[in-house]
Amino acid sequence: MKFGVIIFPGSNCDHDTYHVISKVIGQPVQFIWHRDTHLHNCDAVILPGGFSYGDYLRCGALASHSPVMQAVKTFAANGGFVLGICNGFQTLCEAHLLPGTLLRNNNLRFQCQFVNLRVENNQTPYTRDCAPNSILSFPIAHGEGNYFCTPDEYLKLEQNRQIVFRYVDAAGNASESANPNGSLGNIAGIINEQGNVLGLMPHPERACEEILGGNDGLQLFHSLQISIEEYLKALDK
Amino acid sequence: MAQSPAITPEIIANHGLTPGEYDKIVTLLGRAPNLVELGIFSVMWSEHCSYKSSRMYLKDLPTTGKRVVQGPGENAGILDIGEEWCIAFKIESHNHPSFIEPFQGAATGVGGILRDIFTMGARPVALLNSLRFGKLDDPKYGARNRAILDGVVRGIAHYGNSFGCPTVGGEVYFADCYTPNPLVNAFALGILRKDHIFLGRASGVGNPVLYVGAKTGRDGIHGATMASAEFDDTALSKRPTVQVGDPFCEKLLLEACLEAMRTGCVVGIQDMGAAGLTSSSCEMGARAGTGIEFDTALVPQRETGMTPYEIMLSESQERMLLVADKGREREVQEIFARWELSAVVIGTVIEEGVLRVRHHGEVVAEIPNKYLTDEAPRYERPATPPAGWEPDLGLRLAQAQARLAEALPAAARELAPEQVASTLKGLLTSANLSSREWIYQQYDHMVRTNTLVFPGADAAVIRVKETRKGLAISLDGNGRYCQVDPYRGAELAVAESCRNLVATGATPIGLTNCLNFASPERPEVMWSLREVISGMGAAAREFETPVVSGNVSLYNETEGSGIYPTPVIGNVGLIDDTRYLLSPNLIRAQHAVVLLGATFEELGATHYLEFATGSLLGPVPQLDYGREKALYEVVHQAIRASLLSGAHDLGDGGLLVALAELTFSTHGRPALGARITLPREGKLAGLSTAGLLFGESPSRMLVTTTAANLAALLELAEQHHIPAQMLGTLEGERLHVTLDGTPVLDEPVAELESAWRSALGTAINM
Repeated sequence: MKFGVIIFPGSNCDHDTYHVISKVIGQPVQFIWHRDTHLHNCDAVILPGGFSYGDYLRCGALASHSPVMQAVKTFAANGGFVLGICNGFQTLCEAHLLPGTLLRNNNLRFQCQFVNLRVENNQTPYTRDCAPNSILSFPIAHGEGNYFCTPDEYLKLEQNRQIVFRYVDAAGNASESANPNGSLGNIAGIINEQGNVLGLMPHPERACEEILGGNDGLQLFHSLQISIEEYLKALDK
Repeated sequence: MAQSPAITPEIIANHGLTPGEYDKIVTLLGRAPNLVELGIFSVMWSEHCSYKSSRMYLKDLPTTGKRVVQGPGENAGILDIGEEWCIAFKIESHNHPSFIEPFQGAATGVGGILRDIFTMGARPVALLNSLRFGKLDDPKYGARNRAILDGVVRGIAHYGNSFGCPTVGGEVYFADCYTPNPLVNAFALGILRKDHIFLGRASGVGNPVLYVGAKTGRDGIHGATMASAEFDDTALSKRPTVQVGDPFCEKLLLEACLEAMRTGCVVGIQDMGAAGLTSSSCEMGARAGTGIEFDTALVPQRETGMTPYEIMLSESQERMLLVADKGREREVQEIFARWELSAVVIGTVIEEGVLRVRHHGEVVAEIPNKYLTDEAPRYERPATPPAGWEPDLGLRLAQAQARLAEALPAAARELAPEQVASTLKGLLTSANLSSREWIYQQYDHMVRTNTLVFPGADAAVIRVKETRKGLAISLDGNGRYCQVDPYRGAELAVAESCRNLVATGATPIGLTNCLNFASPERPEVMWSLREVISGMGAAAREFETPVVSGNVSLYNETEGSGIYPTPVIGNVGLIDDTRYLLSPNLIRAQHAVVLLGATFEELGATHYLEFATGSLLGPVPQLDYGREKALYEVVHQAIRASLLSGAHDLGDGGLLVALAELTFSTHGRPALGARITLPREGKLAGLSTAGLLFGESPSRMLVTTTAANLAALLELAEQHHIPAQMLGTLEGERLHVTLDGTPVLDEPVAELESAWRSALGTAINM
């Protein structure tokens, strides 16, 4: 099993993600440079948070045209696991690997705080370790996390159970006051129709050690780990 | 030598040089300078670069100690934290630019301090900032003050968030004197290997000199000179002197520099901050006893037709000057190309100790380095206390007490219960004591996954991933205290910063400082600067916290109106093992609340006094080093013996404010109620109600402990002669306080907390 963490110019959660996989989860991981045209035989690829290309033009817009993204698209089309966190989510939307887009937060300010997420679908490769409807505490840190899509796309997301995380209050209600950025339907994270590409604005890699304020993020990484193991086992057969 | 227009008295004055300074230049050179040389002298001899007014006092600060690897004089100070790891840190002002253009001024302040850190070979891991603004509800300037605050916060967020270094703490205060003179002080700390320190030295004659990073434009020309003058009504016309920052470019520069440093082909490196290419080239030569010769035509430029004068004085951001090992320049260039940055050989290190600037081969400036650095003017400016200042401390205190007694007579200090509640609510929602959440939620304070104590606590704490260690960092300044008594105000600021660190379980190991003052040409300002440095030095010696870096910002004055003397202390503490970290979220219901330290009737210059009377009067609280240090010893020993669940510095606003803050929720812990009993007997005898509840005696802390550990804690305090009083327990959902058997406060904590959290955002959005 091998994880890959892509480095775009301006990625700044690359080391944090690498740290979690290598030191906390304890799995092999390597960095993948944005100009690379292949993924070094990684079994899962993570697009980390940050400000790729300074977020100039639009968040993730320039990164989505990096040479490495062609390889990511091929990998995703073949069923490979692709996880986009924060800026990585924005990049996946810009690359049309996920529907919709991320607008500026509705208060027009960068927002950094812990939020509560409800797991809307625990049948995905990234949430299979979560209890149904469980509530996770992850930090957010973004200025453009306001998820938006067309009514048709939204309907499709709902019908296909592609909405994986919603912002909720402590009691688990997806209320307006629990929505930190104005996201449509309190959406915090979605998965593609095929179920192998996940994007979310909150940072699971910041919530993997008790000393940092909580370890709910481990549920996501453990889920992915199990999914990769199963996938590799299936290949062996 | 290139010819230039005649240097007229007007040109000299426009460069911020006095006629006397110009004469000195002519004497040193033995000839008249040309315009390029005049420009070079003007920035290097500016107050900002030369410290010409403050240098003679700064040399008295303690700068050595067993952990000091690099003291003042380099881009940042370095301390050894053990296990082959070091930290580099510094604080710097960006006051003048932030007034002219708040967003870019603050952003480039962050950019500049980050470069100071990574130019030493350190990866920046923490940012903090200390801010001062005019009052948000000022009838005339409120809207402008709010706009400046908003711009500054957005600017800091823009730069730090994108760069990927967490902004983990800081402080913000408001007073009228900062309306035309806001202060923006940015602190950065980085981590580096002890055997991998880089200095700003141009060593090795014949080594190539490379220009790396962003291209040079016409922005920021004469920024250092602008920052060395007072403002008048033409301040906004100085906007072109403010630089524009690009945090994305700086992030690339960081990665490229650290990668180049790892190859071993970097001999010396310095960032181009204030005075840009000029200061980096002559300082690197001066430190190494060499010189640098280069051609400005080779400097990467983003505008056409730039003259050598403009190239030398530009303060374009995200640039570094790098001396490489001869023959290995190609390696450096390949790394920078990988990060899509320029790296161009523009010159070489030469034996003569001169700065020789060519343009297309023709020499356009040639100045011995020492004329620009060591020989820069130094002024012993007149320093006299303000009129009516009583030199005798005893008499002065008595006079101040008398004035205070007049403004706040004994009867006025006895508050009825409803007054206690309204005062507490007033203080908790005041601009100076309310939660800073509205601000710090705009800063990414978690990136790099090291932040153990979030903003809002006494000090920020980060871990050092490679070790078990933690670092606590606190910024503290108290302009009100220093306005009343600069020497003792500075002592109190250092003590408070140490106490904030100790409250997390850390041991203070070293300081940086930013000295913000009005015009040094006024004798009373110069006097206050001297007093502050002297008080800070005394305290730094007492606490064994050497001053390893710093910055002086003078001329924070507009149309004759100056700021309070505002030294800001950046203090770093070491936690040997983060398992012994005291974080606010360890406090639980049923824990006992204990007041450590003696309380005196000290209401002078307090938040309460300002709230109750609107005045800034009376003596500042009295600092006793023996008591302060004994308090640290008790807290340290109690932590090592696992006797404490929490500790909170008892400073701004006094006991009742600190009690309320202790009960408020933190990440991972809900709010708690408290039942507190305050008998005015024994250790608390003789105090007025206001003095007990709102006085600001230093050397005190609120600590929490379990019932099982209470006796041991009290005994430990007793052994060190620190008064310790059990005040009550954390229980229920209300803050309930009984004074001499009479209930004086009974408020739901949730309501107090909600008012405290929302006050600043409400004030800004009004």
